[in-house]
Amino acid sequence: MHNPKSLDTLVGLFVIIGIGALFFIGMKVSNLASYSNNDGYTITARFENSGGLKVRSPVSVAGVRIGRVTAIDFDNENYESVVQMQIEPQYNTLPDDSSASIFTAGLLGEQYIGLQTGASDEFLTHNSEIEITQSAIVLEEIIGQFLFSEKEN
Amino acid sequence: MTYSHLGQNLKMITFLSAIGQSVIANLTKTGRGTLFLKQTLSCTFSVLCHPRLIIKQLFSVGVLTILIITISGLFVGMVLGLQGYYILSDFGAEETLGVMIAASLVRELGPVVSALLFAGRAGSSLTAEIGLMKATEQLSGMEMMAVDPIQRIICPRFLAGCLSMPLLAAIFSMVGILGGQLVGVTLLGVDEGAFWSQMQSSIDFYDDILNGVIKSLVFGFVVTWISLFEGYDAIPTSEGVSRATTRTVVYSSFAILGMDFILTALMFGDI
Repeated sequence: MHNPKSLDTLVGLFVIIGIGALFFIGMKVSNLASYSNNDGYTITARFENSGGLKVRSPVSVAGVRIGRVTAIDFDNENYESVVQMQIEPQYNTLPDDSSASIFTAGLLGEQYIGLQTGASDEFLTHNSEIEITQSAIVLEEIIGQFLFSEKEN
Repeated sequence: MTYSHLGQNLKMITFLSAIGQSVIANLTKTGRGTLFLKQTLSCTFSVLCHPRLIIKQLFSVGVLTILIITISGLFVGMVLGLQGYYILSDFGAEETLGVMIAASLVRELGPVVSALLFAGRAGSSLTAEIGLMKATEQLSGMEMMAVDPIQRIICPRFLAGCLSMPLLAAIFSMVGILGGQLVGVTLLGVDEGAFWSQMQSSIDFYDDILNGVIKSLVFGFVVTWISLFEGYDAIPTSEGVSRATTRTVVYSSFAILGMDFILTALMFGDI
């Protein structure tokens, strides 16, 4: 059939192609490449309503992704949603009066946190909290308001 | 009157005993299969010390299956691209084509279709090979020479099957995604950046890809086990071997699809 040398080569090729395919799927198809190692600093923000935000949703400033949401918890006392996000370490000059809003990418796309930078000289550091927040826009509420105002007219 | 009564009773008893026989036969077969698996697994370590045996089997089980896997993967991906595009374009969501193709391939089609092809291409040939070895008394000849046929013949094939199945499924998924990209991006004009970036943001490495790999490992294990056991347990005649080969493909397909439902329910459903 085949001599042992070429058999070895073919098997080696098979294994390498297989592992290469796994690697391709991992890096190119999934979000493995964007898993950041856990350095960076965590900041929190409180929202009245965090809408469809999910853990690992992006956090962006000026359209550039600088981190991701790491946890979303419910505050039992203030009835608010507490969102923890991890910011990559090189973006350490965000003013501490920045504001956070929840936006939707496109009409039906996924939700993300957009930060608007403030003017303060102090920077956000580990465990600091963003004071000014704007909740997610819930489509049903807007439609409800719209219908209500139509009725009034 | 009494005689017809007796005849009915006799019929009833024959019927019952036929059921009992088939249940007992199936149970003994399951038992033999489990013992066979136990024997095979107990040889694993000693076979791993002789990788040459495995490499030879990797060639016949894995390398020779690449071609059918690649071509099928390409066409499955291309069809997914076409069908997905026509449905998604109704909603103006052509950009999510990449997500649809990648999710369905990595989660379901990659492991399942490649396992079905693997059962048809490699599993049936394993059964035929082992069955023929048994029919020509090569296996008993080995035992005569104090060579354990399980260790020498079965276990390397088993390990090679378990090893090559995840690799084949990964190749299938990769080629399928590239085929989907060929149709979606190159022919139908979906934006390439959106195709890949939406895919990357929606497919999770641990939830989707690792679960797909686990699925293909399980399928490889089950298919190789069934095919080797059917060959080893075949009636040593040409008809017996041909029946065993048929059973391998049928049972493997059932096992793959049934296990797929269970695994999907465990991994993705909140059951």
